[in-house]
Amino acid sequence: MRYLPLTDPDRAAMLQAIGAPSVDALFADVPEAARLPGPIDGLPRHASEMAVERHMAALAAKNLSAGSAPFFLGAGAYRHHIPASVDHLIQRGEFLTSYTPYQPEIAQGTLQMLFEFQTQVARLFGCEVANASMYDGSTACWEAISMARRITRRGAVILADGLHPHYVSTVRTMARFTGDAIRHAAPALSSDCEDAKLIAAIGEETSCVVVQYPDVLGRLPDLARIAEAAHAQGALLIAVVTEPVALGALRSPGEMGADIVVGEGQSLGVGLQFGGPYLGLFATREKYVRQMPGRLCGETVDADGRRGFVLTLSTREQHIRRDKATSNICTNSGLCALAFSIHLSLLGEKGLRALAAENHRLACLAADRLAQVPGVELVNTAFFNEFALRVSGNARDVVRNLADRGVLAGVALGRLYPDRPNLAEGLLVTVTETTSEEDITALAAALEEELA
Amino acid sequence: MNVNPSGWRPSMSEASAESPPATVTGNRALMLEEPLIFEIGTAETCGVDLPEAATDAPDRLGGFARSEAIGLPGLSEPEAVRHYTRLSRQNYAIDLGLFPLGSCTMKHNPRLNEKVARLPGFADLHPLAPVSTVQGALAVIYELGEWLKALTGMAAVAMSPKAGAHGELCGILAIRAALEARGDTRQVVLVPESAHGTNPATAAFAGYAVEAIPATAEGRVDLAALERRLGPDVAAVMITNPNTCGLFEREMIAISAAVHAAGAFVYCDGANFNAVVGRVRPGDLGVDAMHINLHKTFSTPHGGGGPGSGPVVLSEKLAPFAPLPFVERDAAGVLHLIEEENAGDDHPGSFGRMSAFHGQMGMFTRALAYILSHGADGLRQVSGDAVLNANYILRSLEDVLDAPFGQTGPCMHEALFSDGGFAEGISTLDIAKALIDEGFHPMTMYFPLVVHGAMLIEPTETESKATLDQFIAALRAIAERARVGDPSLHQAPMMAPRRRLDEAAAARKPKLAWKEGGDAAPS
Repeated sequence: MRYLPLTDPDRAAMLQAIGAPSVDALFADVPEAARLPGPIDGLPRHASEMAVERHMAALAAKNLSAGSAPFFLGAGAYRHHIPASVDHLIQRGEFLTSYTPYQPEIAQGTLQMLFEFQTQVARLFGCEVANASMYDGSTACWEAISMARRITRRGAVILADGLHPHYVSTVRTMARFTGDAIRHAAPALSSDCEDAKLIAAIGEETSCVVVQYPDVLGRLPDLARIAEAAHAQGALLIAVVTEPVALGALRSPGEMGADIVVGEGQSLGVGLQFGGPYLGLFATREKYVRQMPGRLCGETVDADGRRGFVLTLSTREQHIRRDKATSNICTNSGLCALAFSIHLSLLGEKGLRALAAENHRLACLAADRLAQVPGVELVNTAFFNEFALRVSGNARDVVRNLADRGVLAGVALGRLYPDRPNLAEGLLVTVTETTSEEDITALAAALEEELA
Repeated sequence: MNVNPSGWRPSMSEASAESPPATVTGNRALMLEEPLIFEIGTAETCGVDLPEAATDAPDRLGGFARSEAIGLPGLSEPEAVRHYTRLSRQNYAIDLGLFPLGSCTMKHNPRLNEKVARLPGFADLHPLAPVSTVQGALAVIYELGEWLKALTGMAAVAMSPKAGAHGELCGILAIRAALEARGDTRQVVLVPESAHGTNPATAAFAGYAVEAIPATAEGRVDLAALERRLGPDVAAVMITNPNTCGLFEREMIAISAAVHAAGAFVYCDGANFNAVVGRVRPGDLGVDAMHINLHKTFSTPHGGGGPGSGPVVLSEKLAPFAPLPFVERDAAGVLHLIEEENAGDDHPGSFGRMSAFHGQMGMFTRALAYILSHGADGLRQVSGDAVLNANYILRSLEDVLDAPFGQTGPCMHEALFSDGGFAEGISTLDIAKALIDEGFHPMTMYFPLVVHGAMLIEPTETESKATLDQFIAALRAIAERARVGDPSLHQAPMMAPRRRLDEAAAARKPKLAWKEGGDAAPS
């Protein structure tokens, strides 16, 4: 048992020092009926490092990884190239194996990084303040809605049709128990965002309007127009960004009037990881900072007057306010925030813009190429790196059949909206800088064969 | 001379005969000061080679193209590597030494786990990839889930909760859904005083009124008080076992029986599962729902605050209400992902989805590698050694530190002390900061709230006897200084990267983001 340092002589000496006859005797307070006499039956015994590695590698080999096929999936999880130094740096033990920075004098590395991260996120989103990250984009979205309820003291929520359906499900799950009234319609397979319908629905009971930008079909809603309408009714605009790389090319939600901007930070530094752990981003205006959930890192000074950083405004948090807290969240995504922050500092202003431009250029190329395939129609007029196609036939079958040919063609909207027959022909295609022009050609060829 | 581009320069206390003189750079040999990325990066620097952006390229951004600068600093690769490496050196971590944070369970993070989590077959996998192409990933989720069920003696497991507190929410929502399914509108959740702060917050967020249940003088749930309060309005009791005083709830079976008799459910906070893993199945204690912090018991790295992962095990009664998605295996051994489209028949009561996608897959691979490495026999040894180490600390220090429950029996995985016996003016905080100068991360301070000036020490099973002996010797010496009122304790830490930080000032006038030309740090 390679992870356990105590030897049998150590154990004997310690038991003697304690005055206990055996280790089992230390469990005397456990009711007899619930004490297991030995290792649980039917489970394997410990295994060597090599044996475990072999088992896990065998499981990994059963998967078709994104990098081993032409790959076009997105819908809230994006494949981008991660510079080698990012993973190297987050694996430094002082980052990887540290805990929440409860003792700031010996946690300045994590704290300064979080302060830098908060500043990066606030700037990217066009907001004044950001927190030190949340679980993921979907849960951050719900936390933002909760925050809007606390600020406006209203409970009617309008979700734009283009909000990711998993985010909608997450919100609906929570609202079922808190009593917020949720209004949402599934999108139509159309190039138009339903901004006017959204605006018409805003009323004096509305706490917030939640709009994804770009939305789940890759379309671009007019946040400025929606913000103006929401503010006129005393409601807040929550913008949701699932692809932060897009903000290297697009105006920021904050600049367009969003009051709270949340997002999924996985695109920068974190990697696909089959859905988690990801990284919730959360930013808002300074005046709402005390209503913001999650951890916050702030600048201060030490006893010698030197600049330093601490976790702050903890009086909002569960460990002090308990049932009056702004959220029950305790854990954030510190290590993912570090990866995000390193990747973004390697890119910088210039790099993020170039990365966004390259994503958009390749996506335009792919959209035009795929639109030429007989039986394929490009839905979007505007998009960043993700767009919807209407294919002749059931897109779920198309995706499955293309997977059998070794092409990961995209996300069938039928998978995201199983109860919406009108979206069954929708195929969401995502292109990033990792997509080669050969990949695009391969997808076009495979689609052409499949739809012939 | 301004060394730092921000105009800020570290200032040191007046040099005295005992302290080294200030340096020009603010650095001290290998202990290097580090400016912010905003002070060293520039808009023109880039550490990644990318195609030049063509400024006049046509776009299809619908008129929303960005014109304003974002304000992001860029670093070249060597600058970035140095920046983050220097920052890392200002962190304490389990790789450096003992991290005895009670209730947080900081144990060795095996690097094999990191290696397997990074296999492209796991790391480079999209959550919405066709199910036929991700059978190995679903097998990891399924296999880990089966282990968690076996270790807890429970009927079902929900894998998607993203952290312990998210798991609490999952358990309470399952309870609420089960109650609603039988037309029951109970409104109250009872939470013992010794519970984690997330417990009452969770119950409140699920729409419940929260009431506290007192602890006995022995540091356990007051069963009589609990029984008096139980009634038709109580939905659940949230209990932490082993509890935050480091004690096993001896009456747990009776507590569960009383709660069930009242028509309510037992939620167990599984943050302390490391103490009993492989030896006690919570299902045998009558627990209906319990989250398991994979980062604690199964040693997935917590990276400066997260990510966590909080799968929830559920009893037969709650199993039908678990959240989506699930992984299920059919008779032919094929794994299926049960989501919205195919949950209808077998999981009609599911309360829905708690987050996008399937949970913290990167943590599942690590936890499974950890579990397979230990096996059933090793996990039993884990809890045995963790409890042995905690009791060794308790007995080795109880003559110099007040141990409020030291006489109520063995502790479990953590030893609890109070500030009783310290000289006037010396606090738990002083003790904690003095430990920093000795090279140890401090214990958990001022928690649980039921003990004055609490110090909760959890060594875990991955500490050697030699490390424990050194820690005990250091803490004994500090305790002696606290008893006689050594005023120098207020100055600790003297040798950390920073002296005591002014947390009050940080909260009074929050500075949460760096501002261009912002005021330099006060001198």
